[in-house]
Amino acid sequence: MRDVAVVGFAQRQMPDFDGSPTCVEMLVPLMTECYEQTGWTRHDVGFWCSGSSDYLAGRAFSFVQAVDTIGVDPPVNESHVEMDLAWAMYEAWIKIQTGEVDTALVYAFGKSSAGVLRRTLALQLDPYTMMPLWPDTVSLAGLQARAGLDAGLWDERAMAEVVNRSLTDAEANDYALRKGGSSVDELLARPMYADPLRKHDCAPVTDGAAAIVLAAGDRAFGVRDKPAWITGISHFTDSASMSTRDLTRAPSAANAAAQLDLDGVEVAELHAPFSHQELILSRELGLADDVRINPSGGPLSGNPMFSAGGIRIGETARRIWSGEIDKGVAHATSGAALQQNLLCVLESSTGKGGA
Amino acid sequence: MNRTLSAPVTVAFDYTRSTGPVVGRFLTGLRDGVLVAGRTSAGEVVVPPLEYDPVTHVQTTDFVEVSPVGTVTSWTWVPEPVAGQPFDRPFAFALVTLDGATRPLFHAVDVASPDEISTGMRVQVRWAAERVGHINDIACFEPLGDESTARPAGGGILEDDLVTGVVTTVSLDYVYAASPEESTFYRGLHEGRLLGQRCPTCDKVYVPPRSACPTDGTPTEGEIELTGEGTITTFCIVNVPFLGQKIAPPYVSAYVLLDGADIALLHLILGVPADEVRMGTRVKAVWKPSEEWTYSLENIDHFAPTGDPDADYDTYKNHL
Repeated sequence: MRDVAVVGFAQRQMPDFDGSPTCVEMLVPLMTECYEQTGWTRHDVGFWCSGSSDYLAGRAFSFVQAVDTIGVDPPVNESHVEMDLAWAMYEAWIKIQTGEVDTALVYAFGKSSAGVLRRTLALQLDPYTMMPLWPDTVSLAGLQARAGLDAGLWDERAMAEVVNRSLTDAEANDYALRKGGSSVDELLARPMYADPLRKHDCAPVTDGAAAIVLAAGDRAFGVRDKPAWITGISHFTDSASMSTRDLTRAPSAANAAAQLDLDGVEVAELHAPFSHQELILSRELGLADDVRINPSGGPLSGNPMFSAGGIRIGETARRIWSGEIDKGVAHATSGAALQQNLLCVLESSTGKGGA
Repeated sequence: MNRTLSAPVTVAFDYTRSTGPVVGRFLTGLRDGVLVAGRTSAGEVVVPPLEYDPVTHVQTTDFVEVSPVGTVTSWTWVPEPVAGQPFDRPFAFALVTLDGATRPLFHAVDVASPDEISTGMRVQVRWAAERVGHINDIACFEPLGDESTARPAGGGILEDDLVTGVVTTVSLDYVYAASPEESTFYRGLHEGRLLGQRCPTCDKVYVPPRSACPTDGTPTEGEIELTGEGTITTFCIVNVPFLGQKIAPPYVSAYVLLDGADIALLHLILGVPADEVRMGTRVKAVWKPSEEWTYSLENIDHFAPTGDPDADYDTYKNHL
């Protein structure tokens, strides 16, 4: 395997982007930031991959319009996934592993506020027996939260603790939409919304975009003194059937974790758009008590569709570049109620010695 | 003033899907008032039946009828229903394990407040008034206070009339915003002006302007007003009628390279027989009366020949 590192990261998060759903205007300055961080021009990028969905944009071929931001003369090596930035990065990582390219820039964007996000996401469900009922994202999360509450696997207080810690940590995050911790008791005193969920249990609808730069071997040292090496990456999928899944579990997250070495992880950035989902993931990953979860404030402080998973990778990488940590794990989810899960382990060393 | 213009857009489509034998059998059951479950290799009784066994991956063929009465195994309150959900007032979504099944079914429960539903509550199917072989044939579940009030179960499906297809209407509402650069263009049209911008890297003039020049990735800049005169670089004669067509065929759609622009604009050509339109024909914008102007390229009704001699090929050969 080639040593590949995260060497660049830029993001935007906002409640209501005053711009087109193709987000070209938001992506242009992100590209500029990536070039500034790396000292590269667009001609130094060997491979490009983006993540987005036309269902979110409300127009066909929105990702083609977004390609404008990278400039395509001379022609570029480019791809797209209708998934989160983390999966776009996964494709780029594989591309670098093939040896065809040494560098990649991946980006993702979504203007969630253009439509009714929780409704639009019903289109990812079984089109015969689920989607016609328009099961919204919040309702599916509510069923999952209730299942765990009824089973005694977590309680409302544990959910509120996740929220309070996230909103407190989010105070240090300039990009966070929702921030400001209070207390668990104060949170529990707030009214129910989608019983058993309070509004703060649900990630805010967020517009945004993000970009990640990958480089192999010496190209990474050309950018950073301490590149964030990808020492493991793995993703698994659970059944799309809500009937057969045990909603209190995320076996795909556990399967992904089993492929990786999570020993010594100091930080876990978990893409849990609902408070109880962090509790599920923490358990499936077998995280020790001293692992710091979502020091960025996590998705409960801001959850831009198609980039929030990748932002977890960027936030973890940032802490390695700065020397704050030596090892972290970033998680991204996709699908309904944690159906698909990707884990990416980032380290200050390649683990092979010499680096 | 917002920096962008926006307008509501609805994207709608009727998805027509074949069902295959397993989902088709389940939907046939709904049409006939019967709940069809499938038995898995692990002995689970699953409704809706799974098309393929999760362990052996063999197609499900072992079907069993289960009761329209069941028990709520999880539920959530829906305080602000979205369009298309079973109710337009607050209700509950629930997982209901039907008697005879081992795994739950997802559907709505008709209760007026979250106080009226709980895990473990007994519910029964309320069938839709008309049933066609669709998941909405179950209108919802309703609380079953007294087991003796349970409506009797169906009793078999019409084997010689299986449901093979299903139509699901999808309609999504958006507020669609133009980019700041596009907004400049549309605001110009509202004033009867054609505005472009230049890419600072390659000097090309774009009409409409763009948030990024596709060649260079650079946002276009400035404000360049164009006269509305230009040259047809290429065209097509539309002879085929289609849904939503506004003009009777034959008519000409053409790329018009406005004088001073580097990217052609697609528009309608009138005022000349279709078979007399040529590459190089000089044309000018024919605007609608100003009282009809909106923020739209339709403010230009069409382009018509100026009567000038055709443009030299060399003047547009790099714009084809």
